[in-house]
Formats: sequence, structure tokens, C-alpha cells
Amino acid sequence: MATKKYVCDICGYTHEGSSAPDVCPLCKATADKFSEVAVAGAPAPKKRGINTNSDLYAVFYAAVVVIIVAFLLAAVSSSLGARQQQNIRLDKMKQILSSLNIKNVGDAQAEYNKVVKSDAIINVNGESVKDNGGFDVKNDEITPENLPLYICEVDGETKYVIPMLGQGLWGGIWGYMAVNSDGNTIYGTYFSHSSETPGLGAEIASEKFTSLFEGKQLLDGGNVALVVKKGANASSASEVNAISGATITCNGLNAMLEKYLENYKAFLAAKQQPVEADVEPAPATEATDAAVTEANVTE
Amino acid sequence: MAALFSKKNQEAFSSPFLKNNPVTVQVLGICSALAVTNKLEPAIVMGLSVTVIVAMANVIISLIRKTIPNRIRIIIQLVVVAALVTMVSEVLKAFAYDVSVQLSVYIGLIITNCILMGRLEAFAMQNGPWASFLDGIGNGLGYALILIIVAFFRELFGSGTLLNYPVMEKLGLYEIGYINNGLMLMAPMAFFLIACIIWVQRAKDKSLQE
Repeated sequence: MATKKYVCDICGYTHEGSSAPDVCPLCKATADKFSEVAVAGAPAPKKRGINTNSDLYAVFYAAVVVIIVAFLLAAVSSSLGARQQQNIRLDKMKQILSSLNIKNVGDAQAEYNKVVKSDAIINVNGESVKDNGGFDVKNDEITPENLPLYICEVDGETKYVIPMLGQGLWGGIWGYMAVNSDGNTIYGTYFSHSSETPGLGAEIASEKFTSLFEGKQLLDGGNVALVVKKGANASSASEVNAISGATITCNGLNAMLEKYLENYKAFLAAKQQPVEADVEPAPATEATDAAVTEANVTE
Repeated sequence: MAALFSKKNQEAFSSPFLKNNPVTVQVLGICSALAVTNKLEPAIVMGLSVTVIVAMANVIISLIRKTIPNRIRIIIQLVVVAALVTMVSEVLKAFAYDVSVQLSVYIGLIITNCILMGRLEAFAMQNGPWASFLDGIGNGLGYALILIIVAFFRELFGSGTLLNYPVMEKLGLYEIGYINNGLMLMAPMAFFLIACIIWVQRAKDKSLQE
């Protein structure tokens, strides 16, 4: 055990040992009157009046530190709040543009204003509720009666962008899906996540994965058909190959797709010509173990 | 001026690279070394952020070390670190949003990184601000070094890429039947890799053997 030096604050008696003596042999002061000094240091420099080991000092010190830190944080947060909000808005615009395959834009605001014609709000029956204000709908305000829908125009063609929110393995996942004017064919997608595992679940955000969705069909005979699954048939119209080792994230993705496509189904179905087709139930029950060791991450 | 780079200060800066490496010798920061090393890019970002934060926290604690009551010193250290990390993250959100999105989870991981508490307690509480600053930079870089070595192998053999550049594909290895090792992306492989580094290091440097 390391030897330390303790000096009695009352009489100056020096004790060597692993801790202060219970009682000072010279003046009978108790252990809390002793203060530790560096062993290498010569005779302990006299303290500048304040005993840093007293309870009062500790409480006072803690209070002061916490108050200073609280003020600093509050000041930083309130002075930067407006800028941060603006950044978050710009980032949302970039995400919407990204789903329309418009990437790396310099001025997201200008590009957004050019491409997005209106940010309407619709309800689950496909009826228009409001023509504007969809952009400002907060994530927790999205309900079947309050669904934001971005009506966009890319190269003279109308595209509909649907926002989505869901749960991955560790935290939230979200995305935007751009649909062609036929209300069925996917034009582009954007997925992101807050804390999925890099290299596995986080791959849902990669272009390699999102590009798989392009050209797939959302609905089949009025039902949601789009599904992410293991060993998907590449030639199938609605199946997208899942990411191996990221089963739970992909299940979350499926649940998100199903929930939101269900919400927007009426709107989308109204846009397409009725087609006779066999009703195929969407299998969202891929509950295999996450430890899939074949390494090919998507094809 | 000479005092600024005295032997002791040089030691504080350079010893964490090998002789007193925070990960392989002090065995600190293992948790984050598992979490962020399956790709090279987050490993580099994490290494640099930890370096900056350790250096700053070391300086602050070193400046106030004489006033800190001994019994609540850990709490004070924690408050300083948490406040620093939160402020850095707020500033990043306002002025470098893209970077903050990229850092997202790692920012939180920095607070819980044992290297911070370890260095504050072991070094900054006893030494002056300049020596503590050098110690912080040294330890941060020593940590980053290990992270980068581990991430290099995990990304190369796990995903077949380096900094998202498809190395294996360009080398044409997939065509002759090469398959990425998915196990490399799982946390246990980081343990094996760190263990290998420790093994090599101790085989080379007899003074580290116990």
C-alpha cells in the first residue's frame, strides 16, 4: 500500500501511512482535521485558509460548479437554438430531396422550393385535409387523420413523397419514399437511423440498399405488397433482399413500410388504374437468428 | 521555453503511444473500442473526438485541481466532462450539422469513456495544465491508434472495404471465390484483435510482461 503523508491542521503533526490516524497523538484532533500532502513535497505548504475537506466546503463547491455549468449549458443552448432548428429543417429538406434521387445539393432550401410543389396533409381515406403545412407536422403528430404528403415535380413528372417512422434494433429509423405518379412504382427511397450497428443495421442508409427499392411495386391488388425479406427473388416486383446480420433492423423496416403504406394506401390506390391480380399476403414474419454468417450484404 | 518540453512533459505526451497505451496497457476504453471499430471512418472520428475532449477536460481539471474537495472529486470530474461534451455537441449541431449527424451516438459514448475518468484521476489531479494537456493529447492519440488498427482489419475483412472504398472488389477477389467474414463485424472479433495487439506488444517489450 502506498504511503501517504497526513498533516494535522491543528498542531502540524505529520503522520505517515495509508490513511489519516483516527486521533492526533499530540493534540487529540479527529481524523477529519488531517489533510493529505504530496509525499515528494517538502514540509506541507500551509493551506490558504479554507479547509477543502470540510462538508460545508464540499456542498458549497458542488453547488457552485453545478450552477456555473447549468448557466453555461443554458446559454449555449439558447444562443444556438435558432441555428440548430434551421439546420434541422435544412437536413429534412435534404432527406426529402435525397429520396427523389437529388443528392449533394449545395443550397437545399432553393432546390427544395424548386422541386416540392406543395406539402399537403391528407387522411387515411386519401382525402385532402390541407394543401400546405405538411412540412411542419412534427413526428409525433403524424396520425391517420394527419398525414403529410409532399407533391413534387422532377423533370416534368409528378412524384409523391411519403415520410415514414419506425423502430430499428437500437433506436428509431425513418425514411422518405418517392412514388411515381402511377401511385405504385417506387421512384427512390431514403432511409436513415439514429443508432443502428455500423456495418450491419446501419447499411439500410447506404445507397447500395436503398437503390434496390427503385422500380419496385408498392401495392398488389389493393394490398401492401412491398416487403424486405431474406433471399428475395430479384425478379419479383415487390421483394427487396434484406441485409444479412441485420434481421431485427430489417424487421423494423418492414413494420414501418407496412404501417405507413397502409396509411397512404387509399391515396395511392386512387392514383392507379385498377388491376386484377391475385391477392398475396405480405409475409413480415422473418424471425430467424440475427447471426447469419454468410457475409454478402445484399446482392 | 525549455521547460515546456522538459523530459517529463515529453514523456507525458509520448508514453501513451506504446509503453503506456490506454487500451493495451492501461486497459481503458475497451467498451468503445468494441463499439466503433467495425468501420474505419467512425473509428477515426471517435479517436479524434476523444483526443480533443480528453485534452480539454484534463486542462480544466488541472486548473481547478487544488480547489476540488477530495471526497467529491469524481463527481466534479464527471460534471466537467459531461458539460464539455454537451457543449461541443451543441456547437457542432449549430455550425457543423453534417459532422454532428455523423458523430450522433459517439458523442454520448465519449462521456462514458473510461479513458477520460482514468486520465483525469491519474494525471490531471496531480499535474499542471500544460503537462495535463500533453497527457490528454498523447492518450487520445494512443487510443485512436489502437482503434484505427482494429478498425482497419475489421472493415477490410468484414466488409471488404476501406473507408467505404471497395478494396476487395477492385482486387477481383470475389470472382475467385473470396467471401467476406461476417464474424469480423461482430463485437467479439474486436476482443480477439485487441488481444492479438496486446500479445504482440508484450512479446516485443519484456518490461510489460507480468
